[in-house]
Amino acid sequence: MNLLLDGLLVLALLWSAWRALASPDLARAVVLFIVFGLLMALAWARLNAPDIALAEAAIGAGLTGALLLDALGRLQPGTGAPAPESPAQPPANRAGRRWTGSVALVAGLLAAALAYALFQLPAPTVRLPEQVAANMAASGVDHPVTAVLLNFRGYDTLLEVAVLLIALIGLLTLGPAAGRPAAPGPANPLLKALARLLVPLMILSAGYLLWAGAHRPGGAFQAGALLAAAAVLLHLAQLLPAWASPGRLLRLGLAGGFLIFLGVAAALLAEGALLTYPPAQAGGLILLIEAGLTVSLGLILAGLFLLFAGAEERP
Amino acid sequence: MSAGLLYALAGVLLFALGLGGIVLLRHALRRILAFNVMGSGAFLVLVGLAQRDGGADPVPQAMVLTGIVVAVAATALALALLRRLPEDRP
Repeated sequence: MNLLLDGLLVLALLWSAWRALASPDLARAVVLFIVFGLLMALAWARLNAPDIALAEAAIGAGLTGALLLDALGRLQPGTGAPAPESPAQPPANRAGRRWTGSVALVAGLLAAALAYALFQLPAPTVRLPEQVAANMAASGVDHPVTAVLLNFRGYDTLLEVAVLLIALIGLLTLGPAAGRPAAPGPANPLLKALARLLVPLMILSAGYLLWAGAHRPGGAFQAGALLAAAAVLLHLAQLLPAWASPGRLLRLGLAGGFLIFLGVAAALLAEGALLTYPPAQAGGLILLIEAGLTVSLGLILAGLFLLFAGAEERP
Repeated sequence: MSAGLLYALAGVLLFALGLGGIVLLRHALRRILAFNVMGSGAFLVLVGLAQRDGGADPVPQAMVLTGIVVAVAATALALALLRRLPEDRP
């Protein structure tokens, strides 16, 4: 019965991904991709990964979907009717068909080889879950995923925040786009009222997720994603203007989480390895880092959407 | 077949689908979609394969959590670059 459910979910995943890539209408493709993201969140829940399911629903489906729809609105002004676009399929001449066929064949062969390799893999010699369980007591938190993220493999997370900052700096470097800005029609008063009602609750939930991360699924990533979603909602309700150029305070907020993380890592270098916390202080240090990360991740993820969101056309 | 292995297989198929999409699709926005499908496939392989014997493995889960956040940053940068492309080449 469980395998039937998983099988149906896998079929739905493959179908939505296929339609997102092959659907001739670009707007439908983007919506199907958001559906694909939500189905991925279900798949993560089925794989006993509630942390990823939360992040996928908020970031993979929510924020990516908002970004894609925004880009779509700029590509196709007056989004009522789908604008004609270059065809999804290459032109249907003989050479084009042969090219499509050979690429499909190579991709199919690659999939078959990888699938064969999956079944041939020997059993792992290192049991990572057991090692994590054995060291949980010294990690400073009770939730294994948080322990891995911020203690056992904290340097992954440190570098990841750096990657996020670099992506945001890349956006800033590009500057306002020359494309058509999305038409800012008058905001729906219902949306405004809803945003005023929801955003305080979202900020409260983000605080809860941050605190809960030490003991159960949750943490800085999910809390930051929720804060970013609140900012996007405020922007869509026209209660929060787009960021033309971040001021000094905003820059400090964007980089603050990374700087706190880096500062803790530098202060602990005397321990012998990168991000080796003394067990007695581990819990407090992780909470400090996570609190900084929540604010910074929320601002960075919101910035991916809000920077130049209302940019004027440049001559 | 365990659920983990099933999802890893689905991840392999998604990866191949996304790869074919990146090569075959013309529209840049669709290529960004294909790149994201490829990434989701890799994530499913990573977690599914580690959990093929059942039971949650927090190490690949934490890595995929990191990966999802990096993927959205890459997508946002790609979309910003897409906007800067000249009009006749969407």
